[in-house]
Amino acid sequence: MSDTKLKRVDLIFGEYSNVKYKVLSDTIKRSNDEILDDLLESGLRGRGGAGFPTAMKWKLTSQVPSDEKYVICNADEGEPGTFKDREILTRVPRKVFSGMAICGKVIGARKGYMYLRGEYKFLLPDLLKELDYYHTHARNIGLDFTIEIRQGSGAYICGEESALFESMEGNRGEPRNKPPYPTTYGYMGKPTVINNVETFVNVMMIMRLGPIQFKLLGTSDSRGSKVFSVSGDTPIAGIYELELGMPLDRFVDEFGDGDAKAVQVGGASGFCVPRKKFKDTVIGFEGVPTGGSMMLFNSSRSMYNVLHNYLEFFEEESCGQCTPCRVGCQQLRKGIEAVKKGEKKAGYLDQLMKLSESMKLTAKCGLGQSVANSFSSIVYNFKEEMIY
Amino acid sequence: MKNTKNESPKQVNLTIDGLQISVDEGTTILEAARQLNIHIPTLCYHEDLCVAGNCRVCIVEQEKVKSLPASCATPASEGMVIHTNSMKVRLARKHIVELLLSEHNADCTKCYKNGICELQGLASQMLTGDHMFLDLVPDHKYSIDMFNTAIIKDDSRCIRCQRCVRTCEELQGVSALGVAYRGNKMKISTFYEHPLFEVVCTNCGQCVNRCPTGALIERNYIDQVWDAIYDTTKHVVVQTAPAVRIALGEALGMPPGKIVTGKMVSALKRLGFDAVLDTDFTADLTIIEEGNELLTRLKKALLDKDPNVSLPMATSCSPGWIKFIEHTFPEFLGNLSTCKSPQQMFGALAKTYYCQKRKLDAKNVVSVSIMPCTAKKFEANRPEMRSSGYKDVDFVLTTRELGIMIKQAGLDFEALPEEHFDSIMGASTGAAVIFGTTGGVMEAALRTVYEVVTGREIPFEGLNVTIVRGSEGEVREATVKIEKTKPEWKFLDGVELKCVVANGLAHAKKVMQDVKDGKAHYHFIEIMACPGGCLGGGGQPIPTNKEIRTKRKQAIYEEDMGMPVRKSHENPDVEMIYKEFLGHPLGHKSHELLHTHYTPRKRY
Repeated sequence: MSDTKLKRVDLIFGEYSNVKYKVLSDTIKRSNDEILDDLLESGLRGRGGAGFPTAMKWKLTSQVPSDEKYVICNADEGEPGTFKDREILTRVPRKVFSGMAICGKVIGARKGYMYLRGEYKFLLPDLLKELDYYHTHARNIGLDFTIEIRQGSGAYICGEESALFESMEGNRGEPRNKPPYPTTYGYMGKPTVINNVETFVNVMMIMRLGPIQFKLLGTSDSRGSKVFSVSGDTPIAGIYELELGMPLDRFVDEFGDGDAKAVQVGGASGFCVPRKKFKDTVIGFEGVPTGGSMMLFNSSRSMYNVLHNYLEFFEEESCGQCTPCRVGCQQLRKGIEAVKKGEKKAGYLDQLMKLSESMKLTAKCGLGQSVANSFSSIVYNFKEEMIY
Repeated sequence: MKNTKNESPKQVNLTIDGLQISVDEGTTILEAARQLNIHIPTLCYHEDLCVAGNCRVCIVEQEKVKSLPASCATPASEGMVIHTNSMKVRLARKHIVELLLSEHNADCTKCYKNGICELQGLASQMLTGDHMFLDLVPDHKYSIDMFNTAIIKDDSRCIRCQRCVRTCEELQGVSALGVAYRGNKMKISTFYEHPLFEVVCTNCGQCVNRCPTGALIERNYIDQVWDAIYDTTKHVVVQTAPAVRIALGEALGMPPGKIVTGKMVSALKRLGFDAVLDTDFTADLTIIEEGNELLTRLKKALLDKDPNVSLPMATSCSPGWIKFIEHTFPEFLGNLSTCKSPQQMFGALAKTYYCQKRKLDAKNVVSVSIMPCTAKKFEANRPEMRSSGYKDVDFVLTTRELGIMIKQAGLDFEALPEEHFDSIMGASTGAAVIFGTTGGVMEAALRTVYEVVTGREIPFEGLNVTIVRGSEGEVREATVKIEKTKPEWKFLDGVELKCVVANGLAHAKKVMQDVKDGKAHYHFIEIMACPGGCLGGGGQPIPTNKEIRTKRKQAIYEEDMGMPVRKSHENPDVEMIYKEFLGHPLGHKSHELLHTHYTPRKRY
């Protein structure tokens, strides 16, 4: 087994220098163009799940003239089955702060915020201690970029970037209409870069190692490594940093309990891959993307229950403002119940599949749009379980 | 992001349903389509409000874009190719309407908005006969707030479009309504879900005017009024507010901006009211009382140097404004004119002076008012509004409710002859008519006050004091210099009377905040709670938008210009009532019947 084992990577958590904030001190001496060129060359894409090219996001924001700009670290890790940001913030918060500070320099922001998931309150004392250290260091190297931590209150939707801004502004956490995008109109209406915790660490590591070494990992569409949160029917649940672009069958071989029937890639808003498709599925932006969540299900699990659980989650966590998401989630949940109980014919599932497609096309934000991912992939691949 | 400089905005070219159009940058797809006479259905969109983009009914297909963007919230961009009625759009739109219906208590025949509901309209357009999805109504524990005398809120008919929330916040600055909870439990609610009568709601009814369904409606008193009419022992007196006569036609299928005073009087007579009288009469009376009150306060301030006099003085005709100031600026209640609103003055006189003249027993008189307003319903039920010994106004109907009664009676409104108001309290002036628009009370007051003080007409061409004619979305400040006074008003000679006019409570809030902060110094403040004044009142016909309100406003000024008497103090019925009954302005009887007091209320 050992020679077929997936390659372990140690970019995120590894100790590369015993001088704290050395990378930051070195990087801020470089020109913004150099930094952006390195990021572009690295091919880094956002680690929150959507995979927007980081260099492009930063460049667009840097080009917008504004007296005030913001850098926001999205630490509202709420996707079911994802717990890697918690680990990153516990073990290497300075790398996150460094990445944010580099971003601040590039786009011309003097203020950064970390939006910390409400349930991660216990991380706060240590983060604040590290932040003190960061601020002292920033002052010493003449860097005008301060970071403040804001806490969420437990709403999944506030991980959506524009809902996060609303929440930070003291409003109800509801997604905004887009356009305008955060690059021009973000927090407080100012140009804003918002990235996932892991993305900032990746930036910092690219600055440390150079884009060439980063590019050695992963595939042409999915450069670098990724921290995975592995859970479910696995004997070795936990956090693993692996190369992107791996085939799912190899992942299951290594992490499964030998009886895996499906893997939910990307959490409740991701896709369910059945056993027969393990071989042809690549984990990465060219295949099935993930924000890090890998949930394994073995043959003892009812996929109806899994889906029902996801739908209940969405039904409750939808902000409720747009029709497709608010009502659609209720209809999908109630609909599969009706089919299961025999109150509706099996053909009703097709109607629900079309509804989920409409939700994907018309919902206001990523939450409502992505309900169809798990719904259609589970219903399509495990139809019998839905009916009988 | 708006173009603030005076350069012409950039143009963008796009194609909608095969038609090319060039629009200003920033124009939404929806607006561009309307320019092409393509009607994209909407629900949460409203011209008066900011874009929400939450109902998703207005989605369209954009070539080379995977999702279907909401046309109300998406700006047109160069080269866009849009399809508003493609197969994809039709199915998704039907799904959305079906979803809304599945959450909606759709027993339409029990609904007050049956026939004029926007959701019902869409449902019938899309042939949603056979409901596609499961009924979710039983899963929701919908509640209905029927505790209020003016507005009923029925959550089971709410489609969460948030028009009401935006109205309450943006137009009125009240924020009595907000969104509570999330997901399947998300609802439109009040502070701690208290009933409307316990929160800061001013009963202005602007939300009612904009609610697309029957979730927010006025409490109607149509049956009670019919009962009174049919009761032969009762003498039913009806009064009609200035802004009703220029909007009632809309409720009966006529275009906006038609003056229907004569037909309205005719219709009311045919409905069976025993006397059809005019609120205009007490509007004129208000001017006499309020004008004298202002002069008294000015005298105390300028001549007697009394430090306790409350200036600026603010008008008190708009009951939405009264409840607003009671909640929001209770420390300024002394600045309000103590005059009752024209409706309440009328009610008090209907059960005293009118009874005396017509030899009626007040206990047999039912006083009904037709108002462009829902807050008037609340006002009529205030405990202090019983100075005649009876409830001054028994029932308040909105313009819409009168429209319903006329339809119920089977009258062909447009074909009705023009008739005149009955006598005693039926005479009107142009000054009273303009009470229906923002700036109107101010203008009417200035026409009278100036003349009382100087003995000359106010020096504006055709008596049109255009400087105080406010318009929507602005606070209008004006200064009138008083010159060559009569000897008894010498202290006012050379005084520049500083006036301010605001409509919409959001603007009222701004004015009062400026006064509070000492940033603004006025003598006289006119506030009307609704956009554009009473003509845009919460009881006026639906729909409402700026274009419609502008037409109503034009009609009001047209009516003013057409009146033989245009100054309140020249109203013959007003002159008569002082001679026969009241004595003199601010006299004992006036104080008893025509003036009131206010109640400080809390924000929460």
